[in-house]
Order: sequence, then C-alpha cells, then structure tokens
Amino acid sequence: MSGELHAYVLLLLVGFLPSEIWRMFGLVAARGIDEESEFFMWARAVAIAVLAGVIAKIIVLPPGTLAGVPLGIRLVAIACGFVAFLVVRRSVFAGVVAGEIVLTFGALAYGL
Amino acid sequence: MPSAPAPTLDPPHRSATAAFLAGFRAAWLSVMAYVLIGTYIGIAALAHDFGFSLWWLAASTVLVWAGPAQVILVSALGAGATPVETALAVGLSSVRLLPMVISLLPLIKHSETRNRDLLLPAHLTAVTMWIEALRLLPALPRENRIPFSNGLGLGFMLAAQVGGGLGYYLATSLPPLLSAALLFLTPMSFLISTTRNCRLLSDWLALAFGLVLGPLLAAWQVGLDLLWTGIVGGSVAYGIYRLREARR
Repeated sequence: MSGELHAYVLLLLVGFLPSEIWRMFGLVAARGIDEESEFFMWARAVAIAVLAGVIAKIIVLPPGTLAGVPLGIRLVAIACGFVAFLVVRRSVFAGVVAGEIVLTFGALAYGL
Repeated sequence: MPSAPAPTLDPPHRSATAAFLAGFRAAWLSVMAYVLIGTYIGIAALAHDFGFSLWWLAASTVLVWAGPAQVILVSALGAGATPVETALAVGLSSVRLLPMVISLLPLIKHSETRNRDLLLPAHLTAVTMWIEALRLLPALPRENRIPFSNGLGLGFMLAAQVGGGLGYYLATSLPPLLSAALLFLTPMSFLISTTRNCRLLSDWLALAFGLVLGPLLAAWQVGLDLLWTGIVGGSVAYGIYRLREARR
C-alpha cells in the first residue's frame, strides 16, 4: 500500500507540477493581453513552431515500435495523408485515414 | 447600464450550460477525440508494461493531461530514473503548453472574467484542445467561450480515459503493427489540424520553420531543442510577417 501511495506522490511531484507550472505561467503572462496585441501574435507563432517541431521529431526520430517502420515509409505516409486532406475537401478524417493506410501497408510490405 | 432591460437570472445561466454542452459535443464530433482514444490505447499499453495501475494512469491523465509528458513520466519512472531527472524531462516536454495558454486565454476572456475562471481552461489546454479551440472559438459569442472551452477540454479528456481503459486491457495483445499505427496518429492528425488552422502568413511560416528546425536541432543534440525550435522558428515567422505588413 505504501508503494502505491509512493506512486501517487511521485505523480503529483514529478508529473503534475512540472507540467502545470507552465500553464500557470501562461495564465499570469496572458493577464492584460488582448488578441490584437503583438505579444499575443508572437506567442501564437511560437506555439505553432513548437507543435510543428514536435510533429517532425516524431516522424524523423520516432518512439517505440514506429521506429521499426523505415523512414521512407513514414515520410511517404505523412505526405499521402497530407495530400488526401488537401484533395478531399480539407477533411482531417480523410487525411488521417489515408496516412494510416499507407503506413500500415508500407509496414506490412516491409515485414513488420 | 440602467436603461438596458433587466436580465433574468435564468437565460445566462442556461446559456453557459448550453455552451459547455456544445463544447463537449464538439469534442466528440472532432476527429481528434478518436485520435486521442487511439493515442491513449498506446500510452496505457506502455503504463501496463511498466507495472502502473489503471487508476494511476487515469489520475495521470486528469492531472498531467499531456500525452507526450505522460509517456515520458511512465517510461522514466518505469525504467528507474530518479525523480529529479523525471521531473526535468516532463517539464521540458511541457514547455510547449506555455505559448499555447498565452495564445488561448486572450481569445476566451472578457472584461469581467475573474482569474479563477481561467484556471480550468488553462489546465485543460493541451494540443488537441488548443487546436480545436482556436478553430471553433472565433465563431462563438465571447461570453460563451469559457464554458465552451471547458466542455471541449473535458470531452477530450473523457475520450483519453476511454482509450486508457481500452488500452490497459488490450495491453498484452497489442501487435507491433497496430502499436506503430497508433503512434503515427499523433503526427498525422496534428500536422493536418495545424495546417487547417493556418490563417496568417506568420502561421504558415511558423509551421514550416518548426517542421525543419525540430528534427535538425534534435539531430544536432542541441539542448532544449523544442524550446529553441519554438523561439527561433516562431520569432522569425512573426518578424517576417511584421516586416511585410509594415511595407504595405
């Protein structure tokens, strides 16, 4: 039981606090900022760039079993998903499904 | 304003509830809810393998509410990393929440918003909620935006919990092909949703710079690579946009 309690204390201290602190900093920094301000525009660009960085990092340096799928297949799959999104009335669903199909068949053909 | 007709207590109250429910519904109508289910099946399988309980996983989804940070938390603690190392790794991964909160809250608050009304929207801010909030909020009246965001965020959190529960029981029978496909959901859906939200030149440039800088800085093993990707990519994108606007 103390082991179980220990796991929850760790969750609070090393999981919750290090994440929540950034949200609370954001809350304080957003005080008095309106959506016309330059700081808001800059923060929006920074947020998009970070997110784009996260996306590209997962594709190029993937975690877990995705690393077993060759880089070429990962790149072709994400490109196909993106093109499907543009072609099929900018549908997120169509894009995700197309990308997943290409990835799955690519990985099957490769022998994963 | 004394000349304005005296509002009864009921309609604004009812409209806040309606906005909350509209947000909750919007979450389940979004592809991102199903992406979250898939992603959390993968996270739960990982947590199961490292010996964490389903309750602990559910609590981490409520408290941490950031998929990549939860993956780091589970793998680092499971692999026996020290608490300090784990906290640093989780903190570094969650830095991205800072610009997201700063670029979300000004969209939802109005002159009478109290700070404590922003605590829940700030806590619920994660990539999925942020992307969909940025897309859907501009069409809503400002006084409905906070309850709508709360409904949206909690709808997504419920989807993550459903995925977590499923994944925990499927854990031992998850074939590598399926788990690779689940891991691919995140980059595929994030890329498309972010593109769909791009309006200004600075949005498009930030997306392009981030896609290039992210893996480059990581490959060169620059410390805090995602932080620098955001600051450099975002600032250059914003600077170019400003220069162009100034020349017009």
